[in-house]
Amino acid sequence: MKEFLDMGGYAAFLWPSYAVTLGVAILNVVWARRSLARATASARRRLAAGGADS
Amino acid sequence: MNWAWFHRLASPPHIYRLAQQLTPWFAWPAAALILTALYGGLVLAPPDYQQGDGFRIIYMHAPAAWMSLMVYTTMAVAAAVALIWRMKVAHAVAASCAPIGASFTFAALVTGSLWGEPMWGTWWEWDPRLTSELILLFLYLGYMGLRGAIDDPQRADRTSAVLAVVGIVNVPIIHYSVTWWNSLHQAPSVMRLGKPQLSMPMLWPLLLMLLGFTLFFVAVLLVRLRGEILVRERSASWIREVVGT
Amino acid sequence: MDDPRTPALPAAAAPALSGATTPHDAASVLDAALLVLERDLTLALRRRGQLVQPLAFFAIVTTLFPLAISPELARLREVAAGVLWVAALLASLLALEFLFRDDAYDGTLEQYALSGQPLTGLMFAKTAAHWLLTGLPLALMAPLAALSLGAPPGSVPGIVASVAVGTVALSLIGSIGAALTLGIRRSGVLLALLTLPLALPVLIFGARASELAIHGESYLAPLELLAALAVLGITLAPLASAAAVRISLE
Repeated sequence: MKEFLDMGGYAAFLWPSYAVTLGVAILNVVWARRSLARATASARRRLAAGGADS
Repeated sequence: MNWAWFHRLASPPHIYRLAQQLTPWFAWPAAALILTALYGGLVLAPPDYQQGDGFRIIYMHAPAAWMSLMVYTTMAVAAAVALIWRMKVAHAVAASCAPIGASFTFAALVTGSLWGEPMWGTWWEWDPRLTSELILLFLYLGYMGLRGAIDDPQRADRTSAVLAVVGIVNVPIIHYSVTWWNSLHQAPSVMRLGKPQLSMPMLWPLLLMLLGFTLFFVAVLLVRLRGEILVRERSASWIREVVGT
Repeated sequence: MDDPRTPALPAAAAPALSGATTPHDAASVLDAALLVLERDLTLALRRRGQLVQPLAFFAIVTTLFPLAISPELARLREVAAGVLWVAALLASLLALEFLFRDDAYDGTLEQYALSGQPLTGLMFAKTAAHWLLTGLPLALMAPLAALSLGAPPGSVPGIVASVAVGTVALSLIGSIGAALTLGIRRSGVLLALLTLPLALPVLIFGARASELAIHGESYLAPLELLAALAVLGITLAPLASAAAVRISLE
C-alpha cells in the first residue's frame, strides 16, 4: 500500500494532478446542481409572485 | 420540407423533460467508466519504461485536455445552430458549456505543469500544447466575460454566440501558429513531453477515461441546460408543471 | 447638420445610401462603401488629437523598454522585434474603442443597417478607414522605433511591410471585438480580453518577420503567412462584425 501511494517517487506530482482533475469534475457536478436549483427557485418565486405571465 | 417535427423536438419543454430523463443514463455509466479506468490506470497498467509511474498523469491530463477542446467545439456548434436557426435551446446549450470547458482547461494546465516538473525540470515550459491550452483558457474567459457584461439575456446569447463562432475559426490558426513559433525556438537539450508509447494495458484505461469524461460532460451539460432553459423561458406556463409549486 | 461630428454627406450619398430605390447592384455597394470610407476619414481628420493618441502611445511603450532593460543597443536588438509588435498590438487595440463608438451613439450605425446596403460592405469600409488612420501610420513609425532599438537601417523595408500587412489583420480582428462590445459600458478591458487571444497568430508571424528583417535574412515566409491571415480576415471579419452590429441594434 505504501509502495502504491509512493508511485515510484512521483507521488508529489501524480496525486495532486488526480486531485485537481477529479476535484474539478466534482465541482462541476456541484456547480451544475446549484445553478439548476437556483433557476428552479427563482422560477417558483416568479410563479408565486404573479402567475406565469410576469 | 416540413420542419414541424424538428421544432417540436427542439421546443424547450420537450428538451427540458428529455434532459431530465437522460441525465442518469449518462451519469452512472460515466461514473462506472471513470472508476474502472482509475483502477486500470493506477493499478493494472505497468509503469512506463522511460517515465516510470510518472506517466500515469496522462490518465488525468489527456481527458482534461480532451474536454477543453471538445466542450469548446460543442459550444461553438451550438452557437452556430442557435444563430442560424434562431433556436433558444441551442443558446442554452452554448451557455451551459462555457464554465465546464473553462474549468477543465484549467485542470489541463495544472496537470500539464505537474507533469512538466519531473519531465522537464520546470513547472512551466512554453510547450506548444500547454501554450495552446493557456490561450484556450483566455478564449473561454473572454466568452464568459462578454456574456456577463451584457444585461439583456437575448442579446448576451446572440453576441456571445458570434464570439464562439469566431473563436472556433481561430482555434486551428492559433494552434498552428503556436506550433510553428515553438519549432523555431525549440532548445534541443530540453526533453519534449513526448507521448509515451502506450501498450495495450496502458491504452485501454485511457480510452475508457476519455469515454467516461465525455459521458460525464453530457450529464453535467444536461443538468445545466435545464437551469438555462428555465431562465430563458420566463413566461411559459409549462414551467409550472415541471417546477411543481 | 450643424453638428461638427456628422458632416453633411455629399449629394451622391442620398441615392447610394437609400437602397430602397436602388437595390444593391455592385456599383452602388461600392459607392456606399467609398462614401463611408470618405466620411470616416473626414471625421477623423477633424479630430487630430484622437488620431495622434495611438501613435504617441506606441512611441511611449517602445521608449519604456530601453529604460526597463538596458540602454545597450546589442541587448535591445535581441528584443526589438518583440517590443515593436507588442507595442503595435496594444496601440491598435487602444484605437479600436473609437471605431464604432461615436457612430453607435449618434445612430449612424442604425442608419447604415437600415440603408438597404449590405452592412458587411460598410463594415469593411469602416475597418479600412481604421487601418488607414492607425495601421498605416504605425507601419511608417515602426522603423523609427526599430532604429532606436538598435535595428540596422537595412531592416526598414521588412519592418514597414510586416507592420503594414499585420495591422490589416489586427484592424479586422479588432473590428469584431469592437462590434461585439458595442453598448457595453467601460468595455476597454473586456475588448482587450476578447481581441488579444485572437490576435496572437498575427503577433507570432509579425514578430518573426520583423526579427528576420533585423537579422538581415529573408522574411518572406512569415510575411506571406501574415498576408494569408489578412486575406482570411478580409473575407470573414466584416461578416462577423456586421452580425454583431445587427445584434447590438436589436
